[in-house]
Parts: sequence; structure tokens; C-alpha cells
Amino acid sequence: MNVPDDLLYTESHEWIKREGENIRVGITDHAQSELTDVVYVELPKMDRQANAKEAIAVVESVKAASDIYAPVKGTVMEVNKALEADPGLINREPYGQGWIFVLKIDNADDLKQWKDAEAYRKQIG
Amino acid sequence: MNAPTFPLLLDRGEDEREESKLEAASDYVAFLRNICLSLVSLVNEAAPKQTPLYDEHVRLDAKMVPFAGWLMPVQYTSIVQEHQAVRNTVGIFDISHMGQLIVEGAGTREWLNAMLTNNIDKLDVGMGQYTFLLNERGGIIDDLIVYRIGDQKFLLVVNAARTEDDFAWLQKYLCAPIQIENRSANFGGVAIQGPRIGELFHALFGKGIELPPRNAIVDLPFDGTKVSVARTGYTGEDGIEVFFRANDAVKLWNAALEKGKPFGIKPCGLGARDTLRLEMCYPLNGSDLSPERNPIGAGLGFFIDVTKPNFIGRDALLKTKEIGPREKLVPFRMKNKGPPPRPHYAVFHNGERIGEVTSGTLSPSLNWGVGMAYVLAAHAKIGAEIAIEIRGQKFPATIEKKPLYKKSAS
Repeated sequence: MNVPDDLLYTESHEWIKREGENIRVGITDHAQSELTDVVYVELPKMDRQANAKEAIAVVESVKAASDIYAPVKGTVMEVNKALEADPGLINREPYGQGWIFVLKIDNADDLKQWKDAEAYRKQIG
Repeated sequence: MNAPTFPLLLDRGEDEREESKLEAASDYVAFLRNICLSLVSLVNEAAPKQTPLYDEHVRLDAKMVPFAGWLMPVQYTSIVQEHQAVRNTVGIFDISHMGQLIVEGAGTREWLNAMLTNNIDKLDVGMGQYTFLLNERGGIIDDLIVYRIGDQKFLLVVNAARTEDDFAWLQKYLCAPIQIENRSANFGGVAIQGPRIGELFHALFGKGIELPPRNAIVDLPFDGTKVSVARTGYTGEDGIEVFFRANDAVKLWNAALEKGKPFGIKPCGLGARDTLRLEMCYPLNGSDLSPERNPIGAGLGFFIDVTKPNFIGRDALLKTKEIGPREKLVPFRMKNKGPPPRPHYAVFHNGERIGEVTSGTLSPSLNWGVGMAYVLAAHAKIGAEIAIEIRGQKFPATIEKKPLYKKSAS
């Protein structure tokens, strides 16, 4: 399972990419392979505030709907509109074109609680 | 935790010296017994059973989930791919979790006719029919297929989750010399379904052997053993269901996968089984059917023969027929691309809540959201506009005709 070294990871299988004051968020290769066949993505509203661990998006597979959480407190700056037409991007490029949203984070220290690649690899065994 | 061993507790000679010690010991035995009992119930709840094909599923890297008391594959590679294999080539499912009850003895035919809704007298030996087991209120205990395998001998293939209840229910009404046996633990089963079933059937059972007719069941020799092959299924595609001794499961499974290779066979899990049956509007017991629902409301009156003088639930069904069911099960299709409908989502019409979704998914064949819902009878009209509430937002949908998916004539 692909777990890039340069990202942070949450318990709930989101990946976090630091981009200055922002973070880009998606779901991991492991998560997409567990879900398989993503058929619908409900994106968060632009400019909305989100608390840490608040469900702000939904990824639906054939079988079930799964909440996607804001890893830290922040404001939604970008959403990946491409997923509306092609939700399968999450399966094909979970760390690339399959990103879900960008958050402007309130406090960079909030990121310290999340796992590095090594710790996440351990979590998914 | 270090618990004393049993020999210590049972060593009465030592305990008799001190009365209180003996009491303490017997208390401890009771305590241990309670622990054992709660462990047994814990194990029963926590440890789902494994089918004879469990190791094969694990070898194929299936995602295993507990279902109806069994550990079953929900998917091997992808629900969509497995679904397409059944629609376009052929797929194989483990259905060993399903229950097999054998009923036999003089008078069985008449007796089963009073237990089940469909008319067993229509069955020649070697034929099967879809039917219901109802309670006195007409509520559905189970939907099942009954095969006549002898003049007074019948095989009932029932839902995994209902096997014990069905067995107990039938036993309650049993009268000598009729006998009923729960053979579920001795049997395994697979469903092999898809348009290339004919070719695979011949590859498995021999060129000169004919597929049994629709709804028929035959015993066929297979690799030194014998299996029962029925021309039935739950996918809407042509196919067979094969029942065999649990010991023969691995042999048959692997032979089908090997010989099915040229035809594009895929092992298929419960995920695809669910999307395939839903496209056909075949009901799922526990979701679309329950003891609170009767076959008339479920739109399955075709499998009830009210001309039979007596069967359990008949009076209740006649009453439902007379006054009409309060709610009806209807298939629907979402109007726009959007989130797929799911069980328990509320159904609305002009802002009024009129029902609830019982099955819903994104149909892999249509690439569109579809489902089935119980709605107030007055709204249950083909073409009617309804709305499905998904996470607080209402999405328009239309009530459709069965089935939701029809193969285009090719």
C-alpha cells in the first residue's frame, strides 16, 4: 500500500499535505482500497469554517457512505470540483488528482498530533 | 488472570476440613459456570461461522465481513467489476451460508402446502418454486425456494439469518410421520451466474449433459462425487445454484474458477450479489421483507395462492387484499446524478413524508442511483415523483416499473 513519506496522516485515513498556511487533504491509498469504487463525493462548502475532526465531506462507495473529517481547525479555501464528474479519481490517484479540499489552518501546531508515514504504516499493519 | 484449576476445586477431601472453604468453592464453581455460559454466548455472538470455502476466500484476498452469523466475502477486487462479470460473462458466489432444510414423510406435500404460500401441487418432482413462510398475521418469516426432490420429500433453501427460526417454526407445527431435518451444516453451495453459464456448465459437467430447465433441480455426477444443480439464482442472469456436501466445496469451487477462466469468471462477493438483485427488484429479507411486512405490500402476491383452502397467514392476506395494504414496496430511480440512496432514508412527496427506503445503491449497470422504498399506497404509482432525503437535502426521484435494469436485446 502506498504511504508517501512527505505527508501526515489521521487515524481516520485522511492524508495531509502542508502547503504554507494551507493543508491539502484527501484519503489514503489504503482507505480508497477498502472503500473501492467511489461513486459520489459530497464536497464541503467554500469558505466554511471547520473544527478539528468535524465531518465536512462524504465519500460514497457502492456499499456505504463515509464521512471525511477536517484534520484541524480552519477554513475551506478550495474544493476539488473534478470529483463531481469523476469520483473515481479518488481510487486512481488518491494522493494526486483525487485530493478533496484545501484548508487554511488556524494554528500550525494543531498538526503536531497527526502521524507521520511510519506511524500510519503501523496503524494499517 | 490466574484462576485456580478445576482439580483443586474438586478435591473435596481437603475442603471438608473447613465448611466455609467448601461453600466458597461451590460458589466459585457457580461463578465459573456463569463465566463459561457468558463466554459461550459471547463466542456465539462474536465469532461468526466459517463456510467450507473460507480458506479459499482468504487465499483470494477477499474482504471478509460478518453477515447473518457467517464470515462472508463482501468483495474480492471491486463490487462494480464483480457485478459486471455476472452481467457480461460469469461469476461465482459462495452461498454456503444459506440454510437447507429437508422435509419428508407421508403427508409432507399437504402439510407444506399449509405452511407455505405458493402451491406445492404445481411442482413435479425435480422442480422448485419461490414461496413464503408467514406468521398468523401474514408477516414474512422468510422467503425461500422449495424444491420437490421426491414424491413426499422437499428441500427448502432458506435465508442464512432465518434458518434457525424457520426450523423452529416448522417444528412447532410438525405432525408425525413428517420429519424435518436441518442439514445446513452438512451442505455447501455456490451460485454460478452469468450469460456464459452454458459453456461453463458443459466444461464442468460434461458435453453431453444438459442444463436443467428453469427452476428444475437435478443430481449430477461431479469428479467422483454427486452434486445437486438447480437452474435458479438471485441475479437476473441465467445461472445455476449448486449444492453439495461440505467436503466437496473446495473441489467444486476451484474447478469452476479454473474451467471458467476462458469465459472470464470472477469470484463475486455479497456486495455484487446485493447490487445485482436490487437492479432486478428481488427483495432482500431483513431489508425489504420482515415479519411486519406481508407479501401483498411487498408486491409479491404472485407467489401466494389464496385458492388453497388453508395456509398460515391466509386470513390476514385476504384481509389485506380486501382493504389494500397501507404501504407498498416500490422501485425508484433518482432523477439526477448525485448521492446514491441508502436504506432508512426518508421518502417525501410535496413536503409530506410518505415512506422509507429499504434498499438503495448506485446501480453498476446503469451507473445511477436506484432503490426500493415502502411508500403510502396512495403514492405508489409508476411514474410518480418523489424525493429522497439525503443528509438533510431532498433529491428528486421517480417511481419505476420492475425491474430497474433490463438487458438490452442484443
